[in-house]
This record gives sequence, structure tokens and C-alpha cells, in this order.
Amino acid sequence: MATETSTPTISPGPHAPGTSPSARDGQPPASGSPAEHHIARVHVPARSLRSELRAIRVVWRRELIRFSRDRLRILTSLIQPFLFLFVLGTGISTLAAAGTHGVNFKTFIYPGVLCMAVMFTAMFSAASIVWDREFGFLREMMVAPVRRSSIVLGKVAGGATVATFQGLIVIAIAGLVEIPYELGLILELFALSLLVAFAITAFGVMFAARINQMQSFMALMQMVIMPMFFLSGAMFSVANLPQWLAILNRLDPLTYAVDPMRRAIFSHLNVSPQAQQALAPGVTWFGWHVPTLLEAAVIAILGLVMLSVAIWEFSQAE
Amino acid sequence: MCKAHFAPCVLDLLDLRPSEAHIKIESMTDISSNGSAPALAVAVEGLVKRYGELEAVKGIDFTVASGETFGFLGPNGAGKSTTINMLCTLVQPSGGSARVAGHDVVRERDEVRRNIGLVFQDTTLDGYLTAEQNLQLHAELYGMPRGAVSERLQQVMEMVGLWERRSSLVMTFSGGMKRRLEIARGLLHSPRVLFLDEPTVGLDPQTRSSIWSYIAELKRDEDITIFMTTHYMDEAEYCDRIAIMDRGTIVALDTPESLKASVGTDRVQIQTDDDDAAIAALSERFDIEASIAEGAVTFGVPEGGQFVPRLFDEWDPAHPPIKSVSVSRPSLDDVFMSYTGKTIRDAEESGDTDRRRAMARMMSR
Repeated sequence: MATETSTPTISPGPHAPGTSPSARDGQPPASGSPAEHHIARVHVPARSLRSELRAIRVVWRRELIRFSRDRLRILTSLIQPFLFLFVLGTGISTLAAAGTHGVNFKTFIYPGVLCMAVMFTAMFSAASIVWDREFGFLREMMVAPVRRSSIVLGKVAGGATVATFQGLIVIAIAGLVEIPYELGLILELFALSLLVAFAITAFGVMFAARINQMQSFMALMQMVIMPMFFLSGAMFSVANLPQWLAILNRLDPLTYAVDPMRRAIFSHLNVSPQAQQALAPGVTWFGWHVPTLLEAAVIAILGLVMLSVAIWEFSQAE
Repeated sequence: MCKAHFAPCVLDLLDLRPSEAHIKIESMTDISSNGSAPALAVAVEGLVKRYGELEAVKGIDFTVASGETFGFLGPNGAGKSTTINMLCTLVQPSGGSARVAGHDVVRERDEVRRNIGLVFQDTTLDGYLTAEQNLQLHAELYGMPRGAVSERLQQVMEMVGLWERRSSLVMTFSGGMKRRLEIARGLLHSPRVLFLDEPTVGLDPQTRSSIWSYIAELKRDEDITIFMTTHYMDEAEYCDRIAIMDRGTIVALDTPESLKASVGTDRVQIQTDDDDAAIAALSERFDIEASIAEGAVTFGVPEGGQFVPRLFDEWDPAHPPIKSVSVSRPSLDDVFMSYTGKTIRDAEESGDTDRRRAMARMMSR
């Protein structure tokens, strides 16, 4: 064992590690000759791509460890989707029955609820940067001999992973709202959740770079998430909207996540063409139907832009 | 682990006969600590930091030799933390230059960072991770060779007496334990210079002294340069050399003994009901210039113990009666006082009012 660990990067003294009896009791150690001390001196190699990847990985892993420790957060973040889906969804479905052409209203709002679950978790993950700053841990990462971009990348990857996991839980209950568990559909929902998770975490980290107080960040989060959710068409169809709402809807990035999800779900349901036309008509730009891949690209590109801004901001910070 | 067999294992690895091994290993250690090590751990020239109009550090020069324990002493707001932040590459200097472990703090920021360990005033641990996870995270961030991590990690945690608590969440630790863990973490990657910014602030006296014994131990074991700031006078005496800082400049720099010897007088403090009258009386009768420090009439005389009987003999009954007397041998506080004309505590209070005034000026603009 020791022969394996004593690579040339360690210069071991003649004695075994940690055998100094004075180390434990806090007493000033008795003086001895230097030969009695074992110094497992390590040499930190120069920065390389590998060391950057290790930094990204460890920052990512920290997010996962922290998330797994926080069982309460996992539980509470599920309350909101359930409320929307089963309380609001059930309540409104009686009102909306006339307009849904026989489609369950809960099935209709499911994509929006899935997006919201992912968004909230992603924003909370980004908020941890504000906590880290308040509790000092950010400093430990900022003084490490790695690029700031590695820290930001690890953080965004961690937040996105956690948020996607939250999305998976909501995907797991899809059967409760009459969505079939078909592999292609599940994969498409999962892939779109991943994109949303990434983009929203990058968005949150971008703001967290500038915000020092948790209260301010929470306020910002409320200010951003709710309008994004409502404008996205999570609760309504994007067809036949009044002009002003149609414009706002097309400007909302979340629209391009909710729409392909909904169209994917509807294509796996047995619905009439009228229902398809009324409920999942697809987003149009000046009458042109935006294809799913382009919608996904919109989110991905926005996410990358915000990630770049976040990296730039953290590189500037002292 | 093959603890007991560790040395033979190494010998096998090095393919040496036991009689030669000892010398070889020692020289190996020498190479690793001195091979590329410059004689100076820290070299600072004309270092300046300005925040707007405020000049927090006003062009300071000093050097710290390898293996030295160097202390920065001064009141809050004297510029100690700003200086240490510049040396740690956390703050960009406005002027001058600084080299740490042989590398320029501006141009070779990464090199400096890999060669220094940092222990800040405020904790920078993740309370939601265990002690061991915090250290593992540090090892990854610093790109330590994987094979070396576990042994080194155990070693530093044993040094600060936290190995048994390695699996506990850091948020369950006391303030002293956290500080010890931070010291262990700061040492994990074998830095050449360890920066300790007020390492014992906010800790109870017992924990403070145990922290100091750890620092003494690691200095002996690790062959490391320690650069620390403190505003506790008694702690500054653990240092090999001390720089006294006041208002952004270094007013004195020497060993604690020399600094104290330079004062040359004992400190006498007397309590009276009328301090002004007492000061006048001292000046008139004993030709002593006294001032008020820490709420008592304070002055320095060469032989304090012999002066006190004379003081009472010759104290006129008309003068305000002396209620108490204390005599102390010169401490670093007296050194600070002899160079700046005030005690550290007084300097902090006036510094606070200065800052408040500066704030008020900024607000009123």
C-alpha cells in the first residue's frame, strides 16, 4: 500500500505518518531531532487541462453531495408541481372541459409544471453561490490555482444535474396525468428538461455573480420565474393570443421548452386534429412553424451566452 | 497502510541499502524544500493599495526569510489585511511589487497560489460537508497527485487532532475546531508560505493557546514560512520578527526582543480622581511626560519598581490621591505606543471614528 502511494511526488521521511504522540492532545510538542518527523510533502503540479477537469468535477460533486444531504429540499420542491398539477389542474379542468376537446387539462399543463419544477431547483442551485459567498466558501474556490471558468462550469453542471434529477421525479409521475411511458417521449422530455436546467442555472449563476444577499436573490427569482412561467404558455395555448401577449410569449425563452414538450406529448396521445390544433398548435414566427430542434437550439444558445457572461463576471471579480 | 513497514517499503522503492537510506532521504527532503526555494519567502517593494482617495497601504517594503515566522501587528484598519490580501493574490496592488515563494503576485498568480496556504479570519469551510470531504475538495481544487492525498490528509488532520472527527459535518464543529481544520486544509498541499490572517480572533484563551501550539508544531515539522497578522500583543511574541503597522505604513520592524529593548522603560499606570492634575503634578515634580491611555494616567520610567516608592514619598498631599498603581515590563503594546503615541486599543477606537467620519463625508456628497 505505502509503496504505491509513495510516488516520486512525496518525499517521505524515515517514519510512518501520524505517529507523533503529541499531535493529538494539543500540548506543545516535545522537541525532537528533525529526523524523527515524517513529512509527506506533496508537490502540486502546474496547471493543466487535467487539473481543470478535476476542479470542475469536484465542484460538480459538491453540489450533488449537498443536494443529497438536503432531503427536505427534495421533498419541498415537489410540493409546488403537485399543487399545480393536481389541485389547480383538477379545479380548472371542470371549467376548461368545454375547450379541451376531451383532453385532460392536467395533461395539458404538465409540460409547464415540469419546466417550473426544473426552473425552481436550478435557481436554488445557483443561489448556493450567494450562500457560498455569505458563508465564505466561495473564497476557498476563488483562491484555488484553477481558472475561474472551471469553478463556474462545475457549479453550472452541478446545478443542472440536480435540477434535471428533480425533473426526472416529475417525469416519473407522468402516468398519473395520462401520459404514456414511451421511451422516445420520456427521452425527449428528459433532454428538454436538461436544457432548461442548464440554461436556468447559467442564468442564475450569472446573476449570483453580482448579488451579495440571499434576500435580493430570492426577490429576483420571484420576479423572473413567475412571469416566465405565465408567459410561456404553460397554462394556455399559444394559438390565437392577442397581439401583445403573443409577442411577449415569443420573447419568453421558456416558451421554447414548453411547446416542444407539449407537442411531443400530444403526438403520443390519441387526440383529434381539432384538439391538436387548439391545444398544441406549435409556436410560429410570423406564421412560420418553429421546428423542435430550433426551439431546443434557442434554449441551448441562450444558456451558453449566459454561461459565458457568468464566466466573464467571475473572472473579473477580485 | 503499512505504517510500521513504511520505511522499508520506501527503501525498496529507492533500491538503497539501509545504511545509506537515511542520508539519502534527508537529502531528498532538502531538495524538495530548498531545491527551487528562494532564500526569501516574501519580498515586498513599495507596495501601495488605494481605494479611491483612501490610501490603505502607503508604499511598504519588507522581506521575510524562508522558514521565518513573521508577524504583522497593528490595530484594525492599519492595512494588515489589505497587505495580506495582496500577497495572497486576492487584491490587486495599486503600485509597487511583491514576490511570494519566488513568484510575482500579479504576473504569476497561479504559481503564487499553488505555493501558499491561507487561513482567513472568517471561516471558508463548507458546513454541509464532512471535515474529510472539505479537505478532499481542497486536494482536488489544488490538483494534488491522487496517490498522495489520503496519506497527507490523515497527517494534517492528526496534526490538528481532528482525525477522529473526520466524518462529522463541519457545521457541528466549535469555532476552535473549525479554525484547526482550516489550518489543516491550508497545509494540505504543502505550501511554502502559510498565511494566517488573525488566526485566533474570536476564540477563547484556551483554544488560542492550543492553536499556537499547533502552529509551533507545524513550523517545526513542515519547514514552512508563516506569515501572520494579529492585533493581540501577546501573540505577536511567538513571531521571529514583527512589523508594526499603523495607518498604512510600517513604523517598526525587528525581533520582539529588540523592539521591546528599544523602548527601554517600564510602563507605569496610576488611577486618580483628577487625571489632568496628576499629569501636571508628574510633569512638575518628576519631570515625566504622562498621557492618558486606556483610561489611566500612563508613563514610562527606566526602573518602574524603584520608581513607585519614590512616587509615593514625593507625592504631594495636595495632588489628587493615587488610588492604584500598576507597573509592567515593556510589552509589544508599549512598543506600539512608543512608535505611534497610542495603545492599539486607542488606535482602534480613533480608527473607528476616522472611518465613521470618512463614511459620513462620503454619504454627504
